[in-house]
Amino acid sequence: MAKSPGTPEQLRDQYGPHLNYTPDGGWSKESRTQPDRLVKTHCCFCGQQCGIQLKVQGNHVIGFEPWEDFPFNRGMLCPKGVKRYLQSNHQDRLLDPLLRTDAGFVKASWEEAMALTTRRLREVQERYGKDSVAVYGGASLTTEKSYLLGKFARVALGTRHIDYNGRLCMVSAGTAYKLAFDVDRSPIPWSEIPKAHVIFAIGANVGECAPITTDYIWRCRDNGGKLIVADPRMTPISRNADLFLPLRPSTDLALLSGMLHVVLRDNLQDDDFIQQHTLGFDAVKASVARFDPRTAAEMTGVPPEAIERAAHMFAKADRAIAMHARGLEHQSKGVENCSALINLTLATGHLGREGCGCTMITGQGNGQGGREHGQKCDQLPGQRSLLDPKAREHVAGVWGISPDELPQPGYSAQEIMNAIHAGEIKALFSICFNPAVSLPNAEFTREALEKLEFFAVTDFFLSETARYADVVLAGSLQEEEEGVTCSAEGRVIHIQRAVDPPANARRDSEIICDLARRLGKGQFFPFETPREIFEELREASRGGHADYYGITYEKIDAQMGVFWPCPTLEHPGTPQLMQGGISFYPDGKCRFQVAEWRESGDPVDSAFPIYLTTGRVISQYLSGTQTRRIGGLVDIYPEPRVEVHPRMAEQHGIQDKDWVTVTTRRSEITLQASVVRTIRPDTVFIPYHWADKKSANMLTHRTLDPRSKIPEFKVSACRIQKAEGPPAWASAEALVRIAPAGAAK
Amino acid sequence: MYGYEFYVDPSRCIGCQSCVKACEECDTHRGHSMINFDFVDRAETIATAAYVCWHCEDPTCAQVCPADAIKKGEDGVVMSALKPRCIACENCVLTCPFGIPKIIPEYEQMMKCDMCYDRTSVGKKPMCATVCPSQALAYLRPEEIAQRREKPSNVFYFGAQKITTQVYMMTPAGTDSVTLDITEFMWEKANV
Repeated sequence: MAKSPGTPEQLRDQYGPHLNYTPDGGWSKESRTQPDRLVKTHCCFCGQQCGIQLKVQGNHVIGFEPWEDFPFNRGMLCPKGVKRYLQSNHQDRLLDPLLRTDAGFVKASWEEAMALTTRRLREVQERYGKDSVAVYGGASLTTEKSYLLGKFARVALGTRHIDYNGRLCMVSAGTAYKLAFDVDRSPIPWSEIPKAHVIFAIGANVGECAPITTDYIWRCRDNGGKLIVADPRMTPISRNADLFLPLRPSTDLALLSGMLHVVLRDNLQDDDFIQQHTLGFDAVKASVARFDPRTAAEMTGVPPEAIERAAHMFAKADRAIAMHARGLEHQSKGVENCSALINLTLATGHLGREGCGCTMITGQGNGQGGREHGQKCDQLPGQRSLLDPKAREHVAGVWGISPDELPQPGYSAQEIMNAIHAGEIKALFSICFNPAVSLPNAEFTREALEKLEFFAVTDFFLSETARYADVVLAGSLQEEEEGVTCSAEGRVIHIQRAVDPPANARRDSEIICDLARRLGKGQFFPFETPREIFEELREASRGGHADYYGITYEKIDAQMGVFWPCPTLEHPGTPQLMQGGISFYPDGKCRFQVAEWRESGDPVDSAFPIYLTTGRVISQYLSGTQTRRIGGLVDIYPEPRVEVHPRMAEQHGIQDKDWVTVTTRRSEITLQASVVRTIRPDTVFIPYHWADKKSANMLTHRTLDPRSKIPEFKVSACRIQKAEGPPAWASAEALVRIAPAGAAK
Repeated sequence: MYGYEFYVDPSRCIGCQSCVKACEECDTHRGHSMINFDFVDRAETIATAAYVCWHCEDPTCAQVCPADAIKKGEDGVVMSALKPRCIACENCVLTCPFGIPKIIPEYEQMMKCDMCYDRTSVGKKPMCATVCPSQALAYLRPEEIAQRREKPSNVFYFGAQKITTQVYMMTPAGTDSVTLDITEFMWEKANV
């Protein structure tokens, strides 16, 4: 059984996270100002995918320089981008494969590690069947790696079960956009944002989670645009909002339905657009009839006048953009929430024109590209459905197999973990996913990981999940392998190989191809370079909605990115989707979707009367595998805190910085309080980037949206109480141990 | 850079501290940031503010320096204290009305924002204004800043002290100077 060898403290001493503050070779002037070369590439953190130049000397990344010519961010970077180079040459970096023994992890040769992995995967599949092995991927992988992993699971392993950590990010939006438009991409490039007259941002902490987008919104305001922000917390962009709607967690659907109710009541809808471009309006009209402003106000906690004003501002604007992120999507009715926002956009005719649209702000680095080419459990390359016989035939043809050999859709990410816990799935091959931190109900995840008969992890650092692995394969950082990603706005961009993996670490695609060969499927994985993978991906995506056929690395470099679909080599790409309101459905119509109200999967009651919501801080990225090792970022926000309004703090006798125990129906954790007037008094907030007893996901629950299968990270029920004192992890001794080892700040 | 000015707009600041972190990367002060960054009052508000040195026309720091270590260049940029002259007495730290200069103990020297002399002298923008995601710190041409809803002003009153700066503060339209003294707003002022 894959029990973690050693205590978390022992593993932390050896494998970190340790804090890196200084560039490789120190601050010496010569090495810093005279790099061998500047490599124009992109930041590895978040879906903005900012252009950045990495300073490289020899095989070391030693710093950065802004890339002002790249049109999306024009040199702008958040602190994660500024400090990202410090993940290279990090003392925690895995330089060899590791095997788990009773004495802990020991270094192994690639031959040993790969032979063991191959043998164990085969044994498990022979004993329990093909589908007893699952594959986890991730949305920080390049599109080539994502594509390769999908093919690896279905062709080399022949398992149904492959899914990825983007399941925790974009799938509610993707599902809703597919239903409405038959395509999963932001309809607009970001250059439309400054042209809007009204921007409505709901469940989107733009300043901290999509920092560069802030400048687009501020430029919209410079042009006279108005900003509406809906969020249970006053996030950095809310301070300049013309209208702020402090809604209760889990009530987004009531707010959006209330706004649409007002639009229809006051006859502000765009009848021509509805008539010409949509289907299903009458059913949606009927479904919002009960959401009069008073009812919506009682459900959301937002004043009825504010709901009416928001509806009027949005509907009366000639041009309006509605943008959303995880706040709307991380709910057990995440798809309904997104559909309600699309309904509002369609009813007001804000689609397919200049400065108009609804848009999702994709969160993960390759959140868009990583969900287009086949590492989702139900999907084939080109954003094709695994259930579509034509799609199966096309992709099987490109791969040189029979369509019958392609497995059927498998489980989603949380369902895979559930099946591991239930004993149905026995082995897991995971890359670029840290479920021990990122999945809800962390104790359940730990129990499941401990039940695995075989677990192989590919990673560049020993993540909290890799602690449970039998084999850890030392993989590559983003800057160590060429490829493409697709940014939040749908722009396919070129990631450059700035350096090679250090010591005995290997490129991820090389590891996957090697394993496929050892599993006897080498003829389907002849790839020597990412470019060769991309060439096959172009063919596999050809004719799909996410058509990359006309995209080449050279075209990306020449055009500073290519927006898909790009069906031919002559085609310039498609920055704006659905011009004139024409959807991707064969009839070109957009579909209204009735969004039914449901309660949260973890409702508040008298025992757990407080809403808990989780999210990000500016200085950390996802499960923190990379960013918790960078000193300059850790300093900005060193430990998770629980945000509490002074009114709630007073009721519980809590002062700022007091230790507070937060308890849900799963578990409890103890964190320091941050008493702030910027959060609703019925809600507490905890950022989720930390592990073990600091993990917000100790508290969250496994309820999934029935269609998108996204967990409800944004809504749990909790109670709080002042703790006697700091928890064990915060004792002086423990804090000394996690301090930087000899790092000169 | 000729034709460009530095503008500070706290109303745009999202508190990300990208400026702080990027400034640390400079080779002249290696790991020390010259940005002044504040959570204005986190308990009450999410408001944050990041500032560079304002580069005063007649710098108070230079006026009070007993070692004559603080110099203003012909381009108006007020430099860090000259290393051979600076005695780390902190006069500048105590008197700067904006609270900008810092003594760096390991260098025994006052250091402050010099508007990225290494970058601006070779045609690059200052680092903080290049990376700032919300462009709360911006290095732009006057015609570019004129597109914004806020307007630049560079005259500050600290009580009776009038200070004109090279760096501009963005203020609500119609404000041509910034005063931090309540008496400026009092009806009785004429009678005082």
